[in-house]
Amino acid sequence: MMESLVHVCLAGISAGMFIWLVASGLTLIFGVLRVLNFAHGSFYMLGAYLCYTCLKFLGIDFWLGVIVGPLAVCVVGYVMERYLLRQVYDLELPYQLLLTFAVVLIADELVKIIWGAGSIGSPTVPGLAGSVQIVGRNFPVYNIFIMVIGPLVALALWALLEKSWWGRIIRAAASDREMAAAIGVRVPSLYTGVFVFGAWLSALGGALAVPYVGLLTTGMGEAVIINAFVVVVIGGLGSLKGAFLGALFIGLLNSFGTRFIPALDMFLTFILMGVVLLWRPQGFFAGVDR
Amino acid sequence: MLEVEKINTYYDTSHVLQNVSLKVAAGQSVALLGRNGAGKTTTLRSIMGLTPAKTGSINFEGKQIRGMQPYEIAKSGVSYMPDDLRVFVDLTCEENLEIARRVCKRSGHWTREKVEELFPVLADRRKQKGLSFSGGEKKMLSLGRALMMNPSLVLLDEPSEGLAPLVVRKLIETIGEIRRRGLTLLLADQNLKFCRQVCEYGYILEKGTVVHEGSMEAIWANDEVVKRYLAV
Ligand SMILES: Nc1ncnc2c1ncn2[C@@H]1O[C@H](COP(=O)(O)OP(=O)(O)OP(=O)(O)O)[C@@H](O)[C@H]1O
Ligand SMILES: [Mg+2]
Repeated sequence: MMESLVHVCLAGISAGMFIWLVASGLTLIFGVLRVLNFAHGSFYMLGAYLCYTCLKFLGIDFWLGVIVGPLAVCVVGYVMERYLLRQVYDLELPYQLLLTFAVVLIADELVKIIWGAGSIGSPTVPGLAGSVQIVGRNFPVYNIFIMVIGPLVALALWALLEKSWWGRIIRAAASDREMAAAIGVRVPSLYTGVFVFGAWLSALGGALAVPYVGLLTTGMGEAVIINAFVVVVIGGLGSLKGAFLGALFIGLLNSFGTRFIPALDMFLTFILMGVVLLWRPQGFFAGVDR
Repeated sequence: MLEVEKINTYYDTSHVLQNVSLKVAAGQSVALLGRNGAGKTTTLRSIMGLTPAKTGSINFEGKQIRGMQPYEIAKSGVSYMPDDLRVFVDLTCEENLEIARRVCKRSGHWTREKVEELFPVLADRRKQKGLSFSGGEKKMLSLGRALMMNPSLVLLDEPSEGLAPLVVRKLIETIGEIRRRGLTLLLADQNLKFCRQVCEYGYILEKGTVVHEGSMEAIWANDEVVKRYLAV
């Protein structure tokens, strides 16, 4: 029993780290641009497919794929912000949601056209294959790696926002866009930068998920974006700390749910979101912060 | 240095500024006077590009800045202190000052040390976040931030509003000090006495149009104008 609990926890934490990578970009983009990007899960999916393509068809190393895939997604993010989102910043929320949702559908169809409809199997990673014994059971080495990467990204993001001038400018623009412009911040470019960076984070999650998920499907983006949305709402829109803790929590909740009450599935997550919203509508940590 | 000619500015469909024209010469300090809702803030915001004027011309140091983005206007040497004390609440006092210098990338007399000399309280609160500041401190920080951009023209909205008489006296000295550094000022304030002490020329706005202009002394001495446009 004890062993099983430990492993349910470990599985939850590693799953939570992928949700975190997506949620971090989602919440950062919301904090600065005030746009809820439904298509954020598509960046995750594209990151995964592009990384996979790199190693399968171009024959390059997995780690190179982790670099190249998300960079390619940055281009997609750039085009999306520059030519689509920019048109709707001044419109009401429903327009933004509709537009980003349209991007989800387009991305899914494109992936089906390019890679075929079925799922494609994903490879194992040289160097991080195999598993180790933890309290008498096998645990994949790769998942341990993910559990290290997640907090590292969190730390790096914290340092970037708190200690770099780019981060300070982002925080200034998030709290007062107009005054930021009045001191000389090129707000449209900053928005593009933040959006592309957020897309990169999500795609990095997707690329790193290739060996983890075992199967790539067009639905993977939607699955992760729903969790990430819940995380961002619970954690407080715009809060990175909230997103990190929320992702851990949702990862664990999903993991325990699947293990003990599999019939409920996502239901638990939504109940939790409902309860949190009734109790603390602004989430646990509001505003862009540490 | 600044020539505003017949600008018209709208908030959605309401026509707020109607053919407003004014001039500020280099080194001069000019007041925008007028009752609540006369259009003073809107005039400053139009110059800064925050609520762009639809028609007319705004010439700054020989360059047409109407239609330029606020960040371009800032970089060309105009800085703006809003009336609602919008310091960056999430940044420390020091960061609020430094960010303006770094983003604006203009060099000149003003550095953080110089600004802290001018407002010693900012040095005392260097590491504290903007959120914790009192109204008066925010005002100093907001003005300090405007100076850190090393502008040639500063737009000040209601600099004396809400300050105790003693603080206002200090502010008058500070503005004198700023002017000695060669800065040109355009300020909107309802406090005629204060404006008389810091400005030499004034424009009076009413319902979005300039209804009177003249040297501050002449405005001060003209009881009829004061009663008609400024008395509350
Ligand atoms: N955001 C806005 N939307 C619509 N109308 C506005 C807006 N801001 C100001 N106005 C209107 O524009 C007119 C001019 O306002 P403005 O703020 O420029 O006046 P002001 O002279 O600065 O007044 P005050 O002394 O109160 O600061 C007013 O009639 C006001 O109601
Ligand atoms: Mg005003």
